[in-house]
Amino acid sequence: MSAAFRLLRREMAIAWGRGGGLLVTGGFFAGATLLLPLASGPEPERLAQIAPGAAWTVLALSALLGLERLFERDFEDGALDLMAHAGLPLEFTCALKCLGHWLATGAPLAFLAPVAAIALGASPALAPLLFACALAGGLAFAFTGGIGAALSLGARRGGLLTAVIVLPLFVPPVIFGGGALDAFTSGLPWRAGFALLCAYAAAAVALGPLAMAAACRNALS
Amino acid sequence: MSLSLQIEDLSLSRGGRRLFQGLSLDLGPGQACALTGANGSGKTSLLRAVAGLVAPDSGRIGFGGADPAAARASGLHLLGHLDGLKPSRTAGEELDFWAGWQGGAPIALGAAVDRLDLRRLLDLEVRRLSAGQRRRLALARLLAAPRPLWLLDEPLSPLDAHWRGEVLEIMAAHLSTGGLVLAAVHDPLPVAALSLEIRP
Repeated sequence: MSAAFRLLRREMAIAWGRGGGLLVTGGFFAGATLLLPLASGPEPERLAQIAPGAAWTVLALSALLGLERLFERDFEDGALDLMAHAGLPLEFTCALKCLGHWLATGAPLAFLAPVAAIALGASPALAPLLFACALAGGLAFAFTGGIGAALSLGARRGGLLTAVIVLPLFVPPVIFGGGALDAFTSGLPWRAGFALLCAYAAAAVALGPLAMAAACRNALS
Repeated sequence: MSLSLQIEDLSLSRGGRRLFQGLSLDLGPGQACALTGANGSGKTSLLRAVAGLVAPDSGRIGFGGADPAAARASGLHLLGHLDGLKPSRTAGEELDFWAGWQGGAPIALGAAVDRLDLRRLLDLEVRRLSAGQRRRLALARLLAAPRPLWLLDEPLSPLDAHWRGEVLEIMAAHLSTGGLVLAAVHDPLPVAALSLEIRP
């Protein structure tokens, strides 16, 4: 078994262990989505109108959960020291950790997002696009979120700092994904927004690990 | 894999404070060096500098002509204050992961488990282990994935008298096969032929 696969498997086991990862993230997602009718009123037409955007925004916020621990635990217990001087480049290690985070929490949320949107009254026809947006957007959130997590290593209240760093990086995918969903709902061309979202996710996957590794090295030194 | 360690005229600062300067050391196969010095004198930082985690202000760290990045990636073990173990995972899962991560073979892993008497602990979560048991688990990594240079930070501190003796025997065996040990210690290290006191 390759070192990369071992790390990916370990990351997922830690994220899923003791009901961490998905239960917390999924619970937050479901809870926040359920709050929406309480705040905006139960009229079906109104809810159906805002359902896709609401599900998409809550998904972005849910992605923030768990980011703080992406590198912090390894930093605190010395595992990051061992990973930093391994044969695998630290950039690749960071990418694997983000991929593991996405597989453990982001990808399952992609299944929850259409369900939540439909529960709020969105058209079932929107489900495939929302699922695809959540998958691509989840990758973007995980890999840009990793930058914030790495930059806040060793800081007090790192979770808050991570959110402050990461939220501006979440703006483009939220706009692109939200735009695609809105266009689809209105019967307008939606492919451009979705393509931009995928491009942003690809850029985050390609460039994010470079920034994460540099931030980790800085924290370790 | 044969390796040697050369530290030449090394100076290191941390947090704006100069820890040491002009430090030199030449360690060949089969040699051990005990790093001594007061708390905060820079013993741990020196080990981290050799591992490539901390950049020195000046000086050179060499590995007998080998490419430093390659030597660090596959030629050394760092055993720091922190053991890199996840409390929620079992001892067996953690040992298996780190042995594989560092390129160890299953047969060496089994031998390491037996040598450090860890077999009955493998199914326990790391959080259930005592400090000494965790230390033995961390030390098992050194045997599970053999590498010539061991950088050890207080390797004996949480161990009882029996296991201190056992670990010293393990170090001696490692040295006898051409390995190197650079260990930060407070008490003299019986297997170390060399001693280097770090002072500002």
